[in-house]
Amino acid sequence: MEILVCVKRVPDTSENEIEVNSDGTDIERDDLVYSVNEWDNYAVEEAIQIKDKVGGSVTVVTVGDEESEEVLRREMAMGADNGILLEDDAFEGSDGKGIAAILKAAVEKGNYDLILTGAQADDGAAQVGGMLAAMLDLPYASLVNFIDVSDDKKLKVGREIEGGNQEMNEIELPCVLSIQTGINEPRYVGIRGIRKVASVEIPTHGASDLGLGADAVGAGAAKVKRLDYFVPELGEGAEMLEGSTEEKVAKLIELLKAKGGIK
Amino acid sequence: MKAILALIIVAAGVAAFVYVLAKRMAPLFRAAQGPQLDRIGERLFALYHFPHHRMPRPGYETIGYTHITIILSLVALSIHVLMLIYSGFTGLEMPGTEWTIGVVYSVIADIALTVLLAACIFAAVRRGYARPARYEVPEKYGKDKSRPMAILLISVLGAIALLDMIFLGSAAAAAQAAGETYRYILPLTGTWFAAFIMSGLSASAAGTVNTLVYFILLIGIFVFINLVPFDRLFHMLTGPATVFFKKLDKGSVKPVQWGVDDEKVADLESFGVKTFEDFTWKHILDFYSCADCGRCSEHCPANAVGRPLSPRFISLKGRNYAFSHYPLKGPMVKGEPLIGGIYEEDEIWSCTTCGACEEECPVTIEYIDKIVDLRRGMVDEGMVPQSLQKPLNALGKRGNPWGKMEKKRAEWTKDLPEDVKIKDLSGGDTAETLYFVDSITSYDDRMADLARATTTVLSAAGTDAGILGKNEKDSANEVRRFGEEMLFQELRNHNTDMILESGATNIVTSDPHALNALKKDYKDMPPVEHISEFTLRQLKSNAIAFKPLDDSEKDKIYTFHDPCYLGRHNEIYDAPREVMDAIPGLKRVDMDRCRDRSFCCGGGGLMLFYEPEEEQRMGVLRVEMAKEAGATVIVTGCPFCLVNMEDAIKVAGLEGQMEAIDLSELIARQVQKG
Repeated sequence: MEILVCVKRVPDTSENEIEVNSDGTDIERDDLVYSVNEWDNYAVEEAIQIKDKVGGSVTVVTVGDEESEEVLRREMAMGADNGILLEDDAFEGSDGKGIAAILKAAVEKGNYDLILTGAQADDGAAQVGGMLAAMLDLPYASLVNFIDVSDDKKLKVGREIEGGNQEMNEIELPCVLSIQTGINEPRYVGIRGIRKVASVEIPTHGASDLGLGADAVGAGAAKVKRLDYFVPELGEGAEMLEGSTEEKVAKLIELLKAKGGIK
Repeated sequence: MKAILALIIVAAGVAAFVYVLAKRMAPLFRAAQGPQLDRIGERLFALYHFPHHRMPRPGYETIGYTHITIILSLVALSIHVLMLIYSGFTGLEMPGTEWTIGVVYSVIADIALTVLLAACIFAAVRRGYARPARYEVPEKYGKDKSRPMAILLISVLGAIALLDMIFLGSAAAAAQAAGETYRYILPLTGTWFAAFIMSGLSASAAGTVNTLVYFILLIGIFVFINLVPFDRLFHMLTGPATVFFKKLDKGSVKPVQWGVDDEKVADLESFGVKTFEDFTWKHILDFYSCADCGRCSEHCPANAVGRPLSPRFISLKGRNYAFSHYPLKGPMVKGEPLIGGIYEEDEIWSCTTCGACEEECPVTIEYIDKIVDLRRGMVDEGMVPQSLQKPLNALGKRGNPWGKMEKKRAEWTKDLPEDVKIKDLSGGDTAETLYFVDSITSYDDRMADLARATTTVLSAAGTDAGILGKNEKDSANEVRRFGEEMLFQELRNHNTDMILESGATNIVTSDPHALNALKKDYKDMPPVEHISEFTLRQLKSNAIAFKPLDDSEKDKIYTFHDPCYLGRHNEIYDAPREVMDAIPGLKRVDMDRCRDRSFCCGGGGLMLFYEPEEEQRMGVLRVEMAKEAGATVIVTGCPFCLVNMEDAIKVAGLEGQMEAIDLSELIARQVQKG
């Protein structure tokens, strides 16, 4: 099975203190460290596991700049066979639809049976997967937390639905799936693994390689524009419990009882 | 005729033994490179020192001295056995007794035989009745074959001693009946009794007994010799080699591959131990040397709290693998993965590398290096639990396991007491003494108290001290011990550059994990001291002094919990105790398990992040031990110990009855200028 996984380089939320910059147009990026978006990492692991079971290849693709290459290499160290970097000044300022349009062009350059994306990105809006499927006119399942390859035509996919319930679907290939965290346990990628793929060639495609016009992507084509970035003001209503652990617990129980939280 | 029969038995016995031994050695030749033959003097000393120090350690005196007795008797009898075998070819008379020295040796042999028989009877009976928990075989490892095997093996040895006495006694009886003189026999030895019992026999009857017993004895000796390479008896042969080639530097970790420099390990095709043949020949020798005494597991904290790790079975499973995959008959089976085979992932991650097992092992089997090598293999294959992946990634990106910002590493200095200052060398300043803070003490709100306390002590002693500030990264002691060698090397190389650039002439740290890494894993470092050693030095030179304990503190009973990386791995046991004892009014007790028998708090470094399967926490057991010793204050010398102790006091429900404080805090509280 030929699998394409769309990945993104994002500021690592667990290893950064995210602050909004002074003019409110973006977050402070000076001291940030980046990593692969967590959901995407699960998607790549799933793709590798499928490949290990039924054969084929895994390609990882990202829309970004030179620095995004580190994310591709990391996922290749994990076990993806190929990486593709989609880079062009014309891509800058794309909204979700623009990104989906770029990815669609990349998908069409290849011959993929299965396209995976993360369910969302740390700094995203959980929109690209669905839009990509629609643009490609392919079946789509979101928040997938289970995949079983039935045959070369169909997959069985599980989805997480409200209230912790599980839903099982059959979906025809080729298709697009957005992957939820917890679908697997992604393997560890050590520094040694990354060094091993350090010199592997990663092809870069720009707008003209993909046959994309300036009207389809980039800031000019974006129909969603960010107006402001701000930290919400602290509201009232928080109460810090004080005292020893026992006292705090007693007070908490009292409060929960008073507000009807426990009976 | 007799000579021919004897020759057949000897030849068959030797041939079988050589054949089995050759088969047993086969995996050693396919194994990875082992330690080099260096520091011969130290190795010979180890060979002399360890066996008789380890065997009768406290709690094991009886069986330890019994075992030493057996060894000494066997050593004394070694020439006797050769003479005995030889006598079969010359007419069944023991050679050498025509000289005084021969007679003297015969007497020694008589005594040795008697002692050996007594020791074997004692050991066999003890093994039958005594059932210490350390001998138990957990259900998951099947039926307990260990005990019957132990009794059988010791009985065979005892039977040989008994037969030897009858052999010697019958020769004496035959000589006596024939009116010939026999060599002197020491009264009350086994030989003397045997001769006494058979003294009524005719010369020919005694001679027949003598011949018959000779052959039974000869067969018995070769049966015993051939039992050696099958079970725990193998340690008789391989044990000395295991001790001789032991790791001489405590606290260090073996290189990824012996003979390959750190700079070149990145180019290795595979990393760590994935299949049995990836173990070094020394480690396979370790497996062979396990005497199945169970002391490692008895002292293993992971085993004590029900984690799926028992060092004893690391060895036994390794040995069984070698025996079953390199069979006496048929082809060998190579290259099966060990993880998921004989070892489990959680089993290998359960180890805190505290070193208690290695401290107890009478044949000095190494466990930490094997665990680290297995982890290196797992890291290389991506088999790392999610709970450890986050801190490892953060260490790679930010130099600390929480992923906190580098520039906030020196934030704790903002809350230093007013008159206490420390230089931040990240701006190019220089200082004589470098305080290596390490990650947890830099970033954890509570542990930052230790940084401030240490700085207070340095300041009180008038030390020109500085920190690396944002240029310091994690010492990576656990990064290496959790198998991520390449990340360890990155962090080490960074810190090494920064430390050397700082120009400091000595280093002080309050974190034994940093101490260990700097001393054992880094190269070309200036001398490194733990805060307890530094304080003791300053006390002795009167640069600082202690004020007496406050009245409110005087009723408290203090106990020192030896951190593994301060105690066992660096043998700093006395400095913290001497420092505590120098505080006027402080009452101190030691726990039962202290010093080299200290019980791990639960593990430091990355172990804080690992979520083990366990029935209870190590720290809770430790706090209970402190309570049993009558202590009300546990003094630690390590931030990780303090984290675990403070948590454990809460979990054990001992809040208000027990408190934990770090030695650095205690010193800072009591210190005044000298």
